[in-house]
Amino acid sequence: MTRKQLWQRFISHIDRPLMLGIGLLLLTSLLVLYSADNASWAQPLNQMRNIVVALVCMWLVANLPLHYLMRTAVPIYVLGMALLVSVALFGEISHGARRWLNLGVMNIQPSELMKIGVPLMMAWYFERNEATLTLKNYAIAALLLLMPVALIARQPDLGTSLLISASGFYVLFLAGLSWKVIGGLTVAGIASAPFLWSGLHDYQRHRILMLLDPSQDPLGNGYHTIQASIAVGSGGILGKGYLNGTQTHLDFLPERTTDFIFAVFSEEFGLIGNLFLLSLYAFVVMRGFIITGNASTYFTRLMAGSITLTFATYTFVNMGMVSGILPIVGVPLPLISYGGTSMLTLMLGFGMLMSIETHKQLVKT
Amino acid sequence: MKKHVEFKNHQREIFHFQMRLVVCVGFVLVLLAILLARLVYLQAIRYGYYQTLAESNRIFVVPIVPNRGLILDRNGIELARNYSGYTLEINPNKVTDLEATIDNLSKLIEVTQKDRKRFKKQLAESRDLETLMIRSKLSDEEVARFAAQQYRFPGVEIKARLFRDYPFGEKTAHLIGYIGRINESEVRWLEDGGLAANYRGSEYIGKTGLEQSYESELHGTTGLEQIEVDAGGRAVRMLSSTAPISGNTLILSVDMKLQEIAEKSFGDYRGALVAIDPNNGDVLAFVSQPGYDPNLFIDGIDTQSWNELNNSPDVPLNNRALRGQYPPGSTFKPFMALAGLHFNIRKPEQAISDQGVFYLQGSSRQYRDWRKGGHGSVNMFKSIVVSCDTYYYGLAMELGIDNIFDYLTSFGFGKKTGLDLEGETSGLLPSQEWKMRRYQQIWYPGDTVSVGIGQGYSLVTPLQLAFATATLANDGVAFKPHLVKEIRSLRSSENRFIAKDPIYDLNIDQAHLDLVKRAMVGVTQSGGTAVYATQGAPYRIAGKTGTAQVIAMKQGEKYDAEKVAERHRDHAWFVAFAPAEDPKIALAVLVENGGHGGVTAAPIARKVMDYYLLGKMPTPLTVKEVKEAGEHD
Repeated sequence: MTRKQLWQRFISHIDRPLMLGIGLLLLTSLLVLYSADNASWAQPLNQMRNIVVALVCMWLVANLPLHYLMRTAVPIYVLGMALLVSVALFGEISHGARRWLNLGVMNIQPSELMKIGVPLMMAWYFERNEATLTLKNYAIAALLLLMPVALIARQPDLGTSLLISASGFYVLFLAGLSWKVIGGLTVAGIASAPFLWSGLHDYQRHRILMLLDPSQDPLGNGYHTIQASIAVGSGGILGKGYLNGTQTHLDFLPERTTDFIFAVFSEEFGLIGNLFLLSLYAFVVMRGFIITGNASTYFTRLMAGSITLTFATYTFVNMGMVSGILPIVGVPLPLISYGGTSMLTLMLGFGMLMSIETHKQLVKT
Repeated sequence: MKKHVEFKNHQREIFHFQMRLVVCVGFVLVLLAILLARLVYLQAIRYGYYQTLAESNRIFVVPIVPNRGLILDRNGIELARNYSGYTLEINPNKVTDLEATIDNLSKLIEVTQKDRKRFKKQLAESRDLETLMIRSKLSDEEVARFAAQQYRFPGVEIKARLFRDYPFGEKTAHLIGYIGRINESEVRWLEDGGLAANYRGSEYIGKTGLEQSYESELHGTTGLEQIEVDAGGRAVRMLSSTAPISGNTLILSVDMKLQEIAEKSFGDYRGALVAIDPNNGDVLAFVSQPGYDPNLFIDGIDTQSWNELNNSPDVPLNNRALRGQYPPGSTFKPFMALAGLHFNIRKPEQAISDQGVFYLQGSSRQYRDWRKGGHGSVNMFKSIVVSCDTYYYGLAMELGIDNIFDYLTSFGFGKKTGLDLEGETSGLLPSQEWKMRRYQQIWYPGDTVSVGIGQGYSLVTPLQLAFATATLANDGVAFKPHLVKEIRSLRSSENRFIAKDPIYDLNIDQAHLDLVKRAMVGVTQSGGTAVYATQGAPYRIAGKTGTAQVIAMKQGEKYDAEKVAERHRDHAWFVAFAPAEDPKIALAVLVENGGHGGVTAAPIARKVMDYYLLGKMPTPLTVKEVKEAGEHD
């Protein structure tokens, strides 16, 4: 086997357009991290390690035949549920929330696992019952979704529980949940909003109130929102230039390598840079939709659609929160924010998309 | 068949799915559009607004308060100075729980209730992001103790500041005044005057006295530092800096030693003294007794001290020299005599026969001379030496109020002198028009009679009387009185002199002046009303005693100093200038409830003139020691 053939073999399950978009976003991540970390190599180097690990995992998943992928659904879901229950019982409390589980060697956040686990389980369930889908099946799928969501919301981690709800809802929607039910749920949701409000924790209410008027508390909860808006707005059309963001480099921006990294990018690269960044994300999402459209089985269609939509949602929620149109929910910017866990989860998702795209011929025949 | 149906279902399912996918694509496009709109709004439409916010985040303009100008006496003695000291300051924006922080601080460094109240008041009034003082004048030990614990108190810091100090305390209170914290109405005043920028960072402003009237000279020009700061408020680098320019130094015409002697000479008496150099208007001494300690006011006076000062029957806060208005009494007589000569009503040698009583034509009302039985034959010279009342009753009647008003106005009575202090009162020189306006009454001849001896409606301030005396001493050439002689600028190292040109010349006939001055010398010689305080002086003193009634006497009632409550006794006046031939000092002394001018007021004048003309420190002769001499006014 020549070197070229070996290479061909190696990349045979990598979707090139998707990889191109992801690669550019990852490069952007390293570039912005260097600036956000005040021209230090520390975080970019760590991030590079995270990327390598995540890419390896993505490659492995991409090479995994689809029936193997399907087989992982139940174990992952059951494991995730077990861990969530454990967290509720023995989890570490940090910042007033019980989210982490100490396994001795490492701390893990089981809700992260469920970002993949929940849609996987639901897609698996719909695939199994494809032939005889009734409203009862949708209800059971919804239950599969609501159990982990309730546990995560109780931690409390409202942001993650909402995002997992969204990815589960996308599965239900793509699986053909009737518009009537969707409409009914929407009405019910609006009607129950006041009750949900009273069930929220004080800090969660604060964050929502601050979104409505951040100037109420400029040095407290509104600080993040105000400083992020200033960073984005003062970037202007052309940006202040790479490494020249004053909000970034004079410490006005909070959490600027993680949740608020988009503010760093916006400040230094301006509207022009943002158009480029949004195009990259749009490109990745559109490629995801194309893969979804081409997917050959019910399971893969649901899974690919959910992964793609979830990715788009995360991006929107993060950018919306940084630019001040959504409350601060602690969602990283996909592929750009510093952090190993979210990187791994995302790349596993992309690995599945690639697997779905590159194994479809095998299924069809 | 079955397979066919399933196949069709499958087709439809794919179709349904793709419809849903299209909805999803639409959903994502909507999200994208929302984001784009928001980013365009922030980065293109509102760019300027956020750009400004980012700059003000980053750039912190720190004003550098200039050193306030010094105030020196004519010999360079410091009357108002600055000294540096340490204050403990809190930045309220960096402290989450102010109460707890102050409680903790008070365990380390004494913080009194007074300090807390003052801090709260400042907090309520504070402007932008300034630090506020919680304690002033820290001792070195307190500074050391706090420095060791500073890490426990983020947002609390020790600052070195300049404090204002008045080393002579109450001796200069009415002259120098004091500075105090800028209040809200002063903030408005500064804003209206376009001065707010120069007062950024300034906490003090002149409240009274020269500190107030020369505020613009003393304050100086505020410097600025533009500093780039990070979110923690730490300075990253300095972008630009403009040094402050210290305020100008005021050099007074006042001689502090003379002032001290004058002040001491009052003993326990209340009163005022204004001494002026008649040749140029330099105010040499400016005394109002009692004084108060101006240092109490700088950082806000506490309620107790304020109540003590404000409710004291001695009214120490009242600047008697500037604002006290008293009937001039017999000190009016030399000016009345000049008026009589000016309008040719009296010839100097023309004598009247004084029986001790004066009657208006067609009236039985008695106007009595202070001396029962009168002074016998009295010409103008004698009328001043013995202070004959009857002579002036008649003179006033013949002059008429209009002439009196016109002539005395020219000496500055009833008008502000224009001294360089705020709040001067104008006294009162009555006229027909004034009485009509004030009381809607016509002027009666009896009113004129009273004005003739400086009683009735007329009121003067000690400053006015000193100014009029100085003008008389200088042969009618008037100089505007001033406390500040020179203004020294540190920037140009040039001194600006206060204008020394006369403001007007009354062109008084020299013969008239000679007569009146000679008579005033007679006052301090054998047979005169002030002889006891002035005898033995190696220079000739021209003077005039006066008595200002505090309570009106009923017809036929006899005034008895012993029987009248102390606060109802007459005020004593003495005006003088010396040497009589070539006056170098002119003054007016008022002693409240002092009784007779020759007894209480003249000795004070003598001590002041002795020191000024001879450099002689006063003998420990007190006012009371000459009291038994008791010659009447």
